[in-house]
Amino acid sequence: MGKYYLNYLDELESEAIYILREVYAQFQNPVILFSGGKDSILVTHLAKKAFYPCKIPFALMHVDTGHNFPETIQFRDDLVEKLDARLIVGSVQESINEGRVQEEKGKNATRNALQITTLLDTIEEHKIDCAIGGGRRDEEKARAKERFFSHRDDFGQWDPKNQRPELWNLLNGKHFEGEHFRAFPISNWTEMDVWNYIKRENIQIPSLYLAHEREVVKRSGSWIPNSEFLKLEENEEILTKKIRFRTLGDITITGGIESDADTLEKVALEVSTMRQTERGNRSDDKRSETAMEDRKRDGYF
Amino acid sequence: MQIDKNQLLRFTTAGSVDDGKSTLIGRLLYDSKSIFEDQIEAVENSSKKKGHDGVDLAMFTDGLKDEREQGITIDVAYRYFTTPKRKFIIADTPGHIQYTRNMVTGASTANAAIILIDARHGVIEQTKRHTFIASLLQIPHIIVCINKMDLVEYSEEIYNDIVSQFEEFSSKLLIQDVRYIPISALLGDNVVNRSNNMKWYQGSPLLHELETVHISSDINKVDARFPVQTVLRPQREGFIDFRGYAGRVASGIFRPKDEVTILPSGFTSAIKAIHTESGELEEAFAPMSVAITLEDDIDISRGDMIVKTNNQPDVKQDVDAMLCWLNTDEAKPRAKYAIVHTSNEQRAMIKEVVYKIDINTYNRNTEDKSLKMNDISRVKLRTTKPLMTDDYRENRNTGSIILIDENTNETVAAGMIL
Repeated sequence: MGKYYLNYLDELESEAIYILREVYAQFQNPVILFSGGKDSILVTHLAKKAFYPCKIPFALMHVDTGHNFPETIQFRDDLVEKLDARLIVGSVQESINEGRVQEEKGKNATRNALQITTLLDTIEEHKIDCAIGGGRRDEEKARAKERFFSHRDDFGQWDPKNQRPELWNLLNGKHFEGEHFRAFPISNWTEMDVWNYIKRENIQIPSLYLAHEREVVKRSGSWIPNSEFLKLEENEEILTKKIRFRTLGDITITGGIESDADTLEKVALEVSTMRQTERGNRSDDKRSETAMEDRKRDGYF
Repeated sequence: MQIDKNQLLRFTTAGSVDDGKSTLIGRLLYDSKSIFEDQIEAVENSSKKKGHDGVDLAMFTDGLKDEREQGITIDVAYRYFTTPKRKFIIADTPGHIQYTRNMVTGASTANAAIILIDARHGVIEQTKRHTFIASLLQIPHIIVCINKMDLVEYSEEIYNDIVSQFEEFSSKLLIQDVRYIPISALLGDNVVNRSNNMKWYQGSPLLHELETVHISSDINKVDARFPVQTVLRPQREGFIDFRGYAGRVASGIFRPKDEVTILPSGFTSAIKAIHTESGELEEAFAPMSVAITLEDDIDISRGDMIVKTNNQPDVKQDVDAMLCWLNTDEAKPRAKYAIVHTSNEQRAMIKEVVYKIDINTYNRNTEDKSLKMNDISRVKLRTTKPLMTDDYRENRNTGSIILIDENTNETVAAGMIL
């Protein structure tokens, strides 16, 4: 006789599959928010499992800041082709051209906050009623209070004090026209769980997550990659370092760490000994103590 | 760490800042090395701003802006930590009376509840309230932590006295498993490491209990229930006739060839195969997510339940339940609500409020028929179509319901079927 309990990775997988199937059953037009980062790749992988032998019944939606790692875009296009999925791209550059948003000024200007407008516009344009994200509750203190099904009003805003209670496995995705939901199937996963699972399932991820040589600049304690968008400050020097990225976002704000971990095994091992949170290298979260909460209230991922 | 064996334990901690709840969680995270340096740095900075010396452990659990400003917890917050033995999810819920709904939410999926008692005050109203909710939600394991032992000179007598107080009032409740631990969350006695100050205590520290308590029997493995979430019809090469029923096993175990009945229709068939993307399975048990194919072509859709023919749930439209009201809008008499039970959604009317429970004294009030926010009442519901239910006490997954107000779409009540 076998054992009749699941190990924790299997339980997390089963929970995520359950949530993805609930999204499919309760919404008309859901999409997966796909950034090319490991969490959205994981969600896509889980969606493949949830609906096998059917194709993934969700389009992938990418909010493109225009400041990408070229590797990310290549990875995205390859995956979309492999899955035979539909891709929706919301372009921040277009939002800027149309005057919907204005580019930030100054040294640490990024397009991070601008994504909110593009995201909400794209959701509205395509009549999306549920955007599935790879957000995890361990990432950030405001995310610790997220639900699996997170209600957004018709302005796309999150009200942390007025969330629907979620009991047992009963999810309430009822909504009025114009409102939408965010769904977070991997809410209960930690960074370590994600890496252990990627390793176990041998999931393809962009090479940026593995250690590689790259031109970088030291800024606020992180190694920011050199790119056409980088404005060098005085005293800043471009160096070549062996680095890898723990998270992937806009190329202008995503800092790498020095590392020799060039295989999934080595990355998982390295993560287990990390003493810094993964968002510690994201300058978007460092702006203030409540940077994430403030953006989430406005409709951020 | 043995990933292929380690289990996931969900626990809830109810209490207020005064009990040292946040300090306890901070201590568990800190001593199990689950807090990162940049988080410690952030807390050190805020601690300094507030004029505290050193690191205020309680601040690791601070969440939203309002909570940090007011020093209280408003909503359920989830925390995570992993030890070489298990992964843990903490549902951190506020303990004030007006937050009963959050406590119920946190308790609904928990394997264990930690109930904190301040050693200086012993059992108070709040203790009774938390224990009642833990018992109502049938949390399988209760761990009573008698905290702040350092402030009562680590007295065995005081500890024993509080244990008897707890035994006394809780004997009225339906609780399966209680254990007691004297701790000091602030100083770390018996949290992760054994205390040198209480040699008289023969039991394990809290973390050891959490790592070893037997949880694989917490889910019902006897009554096989499979609520259908959605139907998979790929209609592509190689799968032309494939018709898979996707769902998560709610309880029990299914195997190919099992004789099954589809409810509510009553049609019978046998399981042909159990599918996952990584291959077919010899058996599927709760809480696995799988897809099932049957030998016969039967019309099955979301909300139907596949069960073993020799072990069936109740199929009923008159449902008795303990209901916890979660919404600021009071229940309207004889109003209709959407009712969600597993994947099955119907409409229901609250036909009668039998009594309301005073969760501090456990007395029943048969006069007050209103259902207000945080009220816990026994009610009679009538549904438009049958639900396939088990008693909540036997089966949390098929014994639980929520009510949704169709005018606001909000989840207004949670119920446990009797």
